[in-house]
Amino acid sequence: MALSRNVSLKDALRYQGKGPMLTFILHRISGLSIVLFVGLHVLGSFLSQQFGSDAGTVINAIYENWIFQIYIISCGLFHAINGLRIVILDLWPKLIEYQREAIWLEWFVFLPLFAMTVFVIIRTALAG
Amino acid sequence: MSARKVSLTKRGFDFETTMWIFTRFSALGMYLFALVALVGALLMGARTQMNLADLIRWMFMSNPNHVLNTNVPDIVPWSSDFWKWTGSGFILLAATHGLHGFLSVLEDYLTHPGWRKFFRYLVILILLAMAAIGVYVLWTS
Repeated sequence: MALSRNVSLKDALRYQGKGPMLTFILHRISGLSIVLFVGLHVLGSFLSQQFGSDAGTVINAIYENWIFQIYIISCGLFHAINGLRIVILDLWPKLIEYQREAIWLEWFVFLPLFAMTVFVIIRTALAG
Repeated sequence: MSARKVSLTKRGFDFETTMWIFTRFSALGMYLFALVALVGALLMGARTQMNLADLIRWMFMSNPNHVLNTNVPDIVPWSSDFWKWTGSGFILLAATHGLHGFLSVLEDYLTHPGWRKFFRYLVILILLAMAAIGVYVLWTS
C-alpha cells in the first residue's frame, strides 16, 4: 500500500480545486456532521427512553434550537443533493466530462430549496 | 475521456470496491425511502398540516415523534408498522453508509496499518451497536 504522504499542510491548503474541491470538502463536513449529530440524537433518545436519563433532553434541547436546525438541515440537504450528483456521475462515467456543469446545476437545485427551508425555520422560530 | 476497461477478475472485488458500490446504491435506496415518505406524508395530509422543514425532517426519518410539533391532528396513521419498516430500512442503510463514510475519511489520514485495522473493527462495532439501538428506539418509542 502506498500510504506515505508527501504533501505538506501548506501545499494542501494552497491547492485550488475550485468547485469540485469545494463540494468534496462540504460533502465530508456535512457527512461527518450527520453521523455525529444523528448518532448522538439516537443515543440521547435511547437513554431518555430506557433509563429516564437527562442526556436525551439536553441533546434534544440543543437540536431543537433554530440555529442548530439550520446547520443540520443544510448538511442533510447538501449531502443528499451532492450525493445524487456523485451517484449519477459514477454510475454513468461518460458524464464525468460534464462534472463542472453538473456542479452548477446542483447549486441551482440546492440554493432555492435551502433558502426556502431556512426561511420556514426562521419564520417558525420568530413565531415562537 | 475514454472509460478504462479492466475486467472485473483483474481488478478484483475487495472490501473497498464492495463498499464503494454499496455507498452509491444505499444513497439511491435512501432517496427511494425519502420519496416514499414524501408521497405518504402528502397522502396523509402534510400539504396543509406541516411546513417544509418538518416535511424534510419526516422524509429523513419516518419517526412519528418527528411530526408531534406540527398541525397533524391524528398521529395514528403516522405511527403505523409500514412507517416503522421504512424507518428501519432507512436506519440500516444510513448507519452503514454514514459509518463507512466516517471510516473512509479516517483512512485518508491514517497511514499506519495497525491503526487502520483498529478503526475498521471499531467502526464495525459502532455500526452494529448504533443500528440495533436505532431500530429498537424506532419500534418502542
